[in-house]
Amino acid sequence: MSGITLSGVTKRFGDTIAVDDVSLTVDDHELLVLLGPSGCGKSTLLRMIAGLEEMTAGEIRIGDRVVNDVEPKDRDLAMVFQSYALYPHMTVRANIEFPLRSRKVPKDQRALQVAEAAEMLDLTDYLDRKPSQLSGGQRQRVALARAVVRRPAAFLMDEPLSNLDAKLRAATRIELVELQRRLEATIVYVTHDQVEAMTMGHRVAILDRGVLQQLGSPQEVYDRPANLFVARFIGTPPMNTVRGRLETAGGTPVVRIGADGVELPGAAAAAAAADGLLEIVLGVRPEHVEIVTDGTPGALTATVEVVEHLGHEQHVVGRLGDGQLVTVRQGSHLPAPPAKSSVRLAVRVEHAHCFDPETGARLG
Amino acid sequence: MSAQRSARRRAKDALLGYALVLPSLVVFGVFVFYPFVKNFSLALHRTPPFPGLPKKYVGLDQVKDVLSSSEFHKSLRITIEFVMLTVPVGIVLGLLLAVLAHKQLRGMGIYRTIFSSTVATSVAAASVIFWTLFNPQIGLVTYWMGRSGDLGVLEDPKTALIAVAVTTVWQNIGLSFILMSAGLQGVPDDLYEAAAVDGADGARRFWHVTLPMLSPTLFFSAVVGSIMAFQAFGQIDILTRGGPDDATNVLVYSIYEDVFRAGNDGVAAVKAIALFVIVLILTIVQLRVAERRVSYAR
Repeated sequence: MSGITLSGVTKRFGDTIAVDDVSLTVDDHELLVLLGPSGCGKSTLLRMIAGLEEMTAGEIRIGDRVVNDVEPKDRDLAMVFQSYALYPHMTVRANIEFPLRSRKVPKDQRALQVAEAAEMLDLTDYLDRKPSQLSGGQRQRVALARAVVRRPAAFLMDEPLSNLDAKLRAATRIELVELQRRLEATIVYVTHDQVEAMTMGHRVAILDRGVLQQLGSPQEVYDRPANLFVARFIGTPPMNTVRGRLETAGGTPVVRIGADGVELPGAAAAAAAADGLLEIVLGVRPEHVEIVTDGTPGALTATVEVVEHLGHEQHVVGRLGDGQLVTVRQGSHLPAPPAKSSVRLAVRVEHAHCFDPETGARLG
Repeated sequence: MSAQRSARRRAKDALLGYALVLPSLVVFGVFVFYPFVKNFSLALHRTPPFPGLPKKYVGLDQVKDVLSSSEFHKSLRITIEFVMLTVPVGIVLGLLLAVLAHKQLRGMGIYRTIFSSTVATSVAAASVIFWTLFNPQIGLVTYWMGRSGDLGVLEDPKTALIAVAVTTVWQNIGLSFILMSAGLQGVPDDLYEAAAVDGADGARRFWHVTLPMLSPTLFFSAVVGSIMAFQAFGQIDILTRGGPDDATNVLVYSIYEDVFRAGNDGVAAVKAIALFVIVLILTIVQLRVAERRVSYAR
């Protein structure tokens, strides 16, 4: 009932297109994450849903209502800002109460709802303080309380955790997920942090240069990235993307990289053949490459550039014969190859992805 | 050895510091510190009735006489009236123009320039403009008010102070506009946006976000405006010369008259001290509150 539907939403600032023809649906009770690098249009998209930014084209529905020409105050939304945007001259209580007062909720009803929201976010002891007397985490909770106090149709959150330190951010992430579950809230959540997107989102919408790249569950976008942008954007360290020539060796399709060849997954090979491609980009996550002993067939030869030790794992960065870099992620119990030594890298082909080098689109 | 060297070095630094301060110390000494101290001494000496006679030390007698005189009280009352007539109106008008000009519209720069232009106008120029407007024979204002040929507004004791106040408000509006615009720029946009999403309409946003966020600016403008109004002189000298019938004889103007018309610098000195105390109190209040507002930052 209170889902949000965007159809062909576009925003132009002069000659630049900030959001380009985005269509997607946020389901009722869903936490949808808008993810992308800075400048990808995710915040602009959120602000258009809020009504703070006018659309150049398209339509936004909240529930059954087209809200294109509805004022922000009448959209029945709540928003949490990156800066929290707390009213500095008001106490915590007055801050939380503000949306209720604006909507002329009767006084005793207000007190009840404020108390409930404060309780929910553990702010009861701070109601008479000013925002300046609170820590960053507490301010963040006040911003959340101000949003939940009114039980709006949907919540819009614009990088709400990015001003917190790493430890608090991780804790608040979990609290937010719990809060969402308890309130059965519909949330559109903007972030550039893929960890937040993967851990919190029911679904993730990945944007780049204003264009929606992929919409799917966190696992889907990780396992089956729709294009090279998504493949490279999701995952740390990022997916290895290696360019190679398409060949056939003894009836089986092979990607030729320098002197070595990697067998292609059948579906990808068929798609590449159908498109008449001569070259292809092979994508492999660092955990799907392993260092193997000499003589293993179908492996790539690389020179070790650097080994990064992270304690629980190590990242071995190797340079292939033709200069392309490949990262291997392996447990820290394995021996680290010395720098400048030559290693053989085996690709687990069943986990490999293939992309069109021109369009970046996924093959197969 | 090294302690010795660092001590020598410190002495050298100090010497350089004093040398750099010296020029401004001399200027301040001649034009501020000496007159300031001298003024207290003047206040304690009664000026003789005829020039040439020696000044007589009277202790605080003259101070008491002046501060209890009805002439001083009247002058003080007119000054306060003048402050009340100019400061609030100036702030409200400045705020109004600033809010209007704060919108991001094409060509707004032109309006901003016009609104702030009176800053570049001298008191004398402003006074002459309004002297012309208020002129009983040719003045537009006189004509609009249907008073042509009648007593001019500047000649009527009932309207003279208001006319001077109008001139002052006009002259100060540029400064008020600039202060208010700067204050508005200091209010983060996301506060307005949060309020908009929180269901507040334009009026509510103004009363509950803009105004409280501007309160430090408003307070600053009120105090600085009051100090300026207490010290107003030029427009009164040009428009009314304190008249008619002392209706615009504010404190500063009466000090001027005491010295340059009556030649009584003892009385003038006492009034100057009174004015100094008033301005000092206002300044202290401003500083105290400004200090407290530091916690206002987010």
